[in-house]
Amino acid sequence: MKRNVFAFLAGGLFGAGLLVSGMVDTLKVQGWLDIFGAWDPTLAFVLGGAILPMAVAWRVAARRRVAVLGNALPEAPPPKLGHNLVIGSTLFGAGWGLAGLCPGPAMASLTFGGIGGITFFVAMIAGMLVAPPIRIRIDRLAAA
Amino acid sequence: MTIETDWIWGLVGGLMIGSAAALFLLVNGRIMGASGILGGLVDKSGWGTAPERIAFVAGVIAVPPLLVPLYSNVSTNISSNLWVVIVAGLLVGIGTRLANGCTSGHGVCGISRFSLRGMVATVFYLLAGGIIMVLARHVLGII
Repeated sequence: MKRNVFAFLAGGLFGAGLLVSGMVDTLKVQGWLDIFGAWDPTLAFVLGGAILPMAVAWRVAARRRVAVLGNALPEAPPPKLGHNLVIGSTLFGAGWGLAGLCPGPAMASLTFGGIGGITFFVAMIAGMLVAPPIRIRIDRLAAA
Repeated sequence: MTIETDWIWGLVGGLMIGSAAALFLLVNGRIMGASGILGGLVDKSGWGTAPERIAFVAGVIAVPPLLVPLYSNVSTNISSNLWVVIVAGLLVGIGTRLANGCTSGHGVCGISRFSLRGMVATVFYLLAGGIIMVLARHVLGII
């Protein structure tokens, strides 16, 4: 129960931060990505502001074996980069630029984003559903 | 909100996002990656930790509308071209699951621990986003 309460609080603070920072506004995100337009630097402040407390948290985590609620802290991911990281990030970036939404803001704006926001969310869920078989095909191609 | 104060609110919101990620890491022992938490529910790979994931997603969706009345005008300004929106959503869903992360997982949580994977992913999605802006906005004029 405690675990779910803190998960809800973390999610709520994340969503509130996305609203306050302006990242639910697709024009601000596209304004950052469009270096040939009226360039909007806001996203750099958001990312910088978010990295600061998280960098402290990683240092604290390095000195602990378990999280406050008792389970093991996540291990470092394998350093291997791999084709899926590059292909996936490129596809994601293309979609992010096209609509100006990434998964966090898509969820945070779901209640007030209108039909466009709901359409994006449903399409994103559909993409997540078809991703595992696509990954298998890409791995097969890469191994051939 | 005016343009002059946007960066301050960006920084404040960013600190809130980072604090949320810090809370989720240190208290729950989990990495706050929006696409991973949601995607694990969608493709069943994360059903072992479903209640925690559902609680997180519920917080992300339910809390922002409580703050919306504080603003005179909140709009996502999303494109009215639903075909563009559908293609974009599909690309974001497929891409984040192939890459195992998005702006929160690779960007916020990865870069802050100097993860090479997080930094490489961030370079590629920023580059792809920038190139799409040039193509779709300045060459094709569809957004």
